[in-house]
Amino acid sequence: MTTKVTEKRMQEREEHPMERLLRMDRIPHIWCPTCGIGTTVTALAVALKQLQLDLNNVAIVSGIGCTGRVAGYTKLDSFHTTHGRAIPFALGLHIARPDLKVIVFSGDGDLVSIGGNHLIHTARRNVDITVICVNNFIYAMTGGQVAPTTPITARSATSPYGNYEHPFNIPLLAASSGAVYVARWTALHVRRLTVAIKEALTKRGFSFVEVIAPCSTLYARLNKLGSGLDLMKFYHDNSVIRHGADPKEVNIDYQSKIAVGKFVDIEKPTYLDCLNNAYKKKFGDKYKPYGGGNGDK
Amino acid sequence: MKFWRTPLDIDKLKVPRGELHIIKERCKGCGFCVEYCPKGVLELSDEFNSKGYHPPVVVKPDECVNCDLCEMLCPDYAIYCVRVEAEEKEVIN
Repeated sequence: MTTKVTEKRMQEREEHPMERLLRMDRIPHIWCPTCGIGTTVTALAVALKQLQLDLNNVAIVSGIGCTGRVAGYTKLDSFHTTHGRAIPFALGLHIARPDLKVIVFSGDGDLVSIGGNHLIHTARRNVDITVICVNNFIYAMTGGQVAPTTPITARSATSPYGNYEHPFNIPLLAASSGAVYVARWTALHVRRLTVAIKEALTKRGFSFVEVIAPCSTLYARLNKLGSGLDLMKFYHDNSVIRHGADPKEVNIDYQSKIAVGKFVDIEKPTYLDCLNNAYKKKFGDKYKPYGGGNGDK
Repeated sequence: MKFWRTPLDIDKLKVPRGELHIIKERCKGCGFCVEYCPKGVLELSDEFNSKGYHPPVVVKPDECVNCDLCEMLCPDYAIYCVRVEAEEKEVIN
């Protein structure tokens, strides 16, 4: 009977459409029930499928943290890098193999605090990579410490009387550093999130998508906000779609309205464009352009 | 299905039908699919899986319109929807 059940399960397993993108030997994943990261990975998978990209030319880079596990679970060329250094690894990958589509998939603690300098300087140079930042307002994997995105008065493991530090406004940080595409959605807006990821992947230059995701085990529990499902309902009731809003006005206070939408979508020469133009000007026809859109070396 | 106004091209429209597959052992009982199914097809069941969670169960199989929202929202990749033709669906049920 056991074999029959196992056979049936195997049969069921082989059919799930996500399985072409997941390393099934590692599933079930470690994310808590009602975590929003799994939903975000599905949105990425659907975006990759709809764009019909050759998956051999897609690489995914993650740092450390709950979201940092994504690189280990996706069946693409993937890097699980040191804490905060996902973007430098992605930058190196992009420079060495300009034909690859490089996606950085990491959390707020990884990208914005420990890797904050890397984020702003890669955005400043407008390197052609896509960054997906899952923001759950807390350092979730290490036990719920204050993150640079924790809103004022929110409780965490290291701020039991409420946080008193000013949090980061991540879209403003990315946009003011020079990102050409900045969007924010919650884990509930799966379809719009998929569209945003598709736009970010096709955009030339540094594109940044922030995803607000529920953390039931730490953020919701320490703040007595209920389960992750309650947080999803909160996003449903309190998200305001404001396309083209000034990133200065989209900061998130504790349990405030969440402005979502596409905030920035501009055109700018990328890092490799600037490099090629500068050397072309200096050396003329002797200089062979590197990289570019078609991946010539 | 009820309409507040009969669509002009109703004879040409065909409502898609879907069949849900639930991988019970992978489910963590978060209830996203139950809460956000636009047709109320799912409900949390009383049974337990081996991890002790209550997986969802299909209560209104005829209502599923193959919108894939449960599949996209599921954080554990435990539910998916397969499109079936209307006649085929009748045979299944």
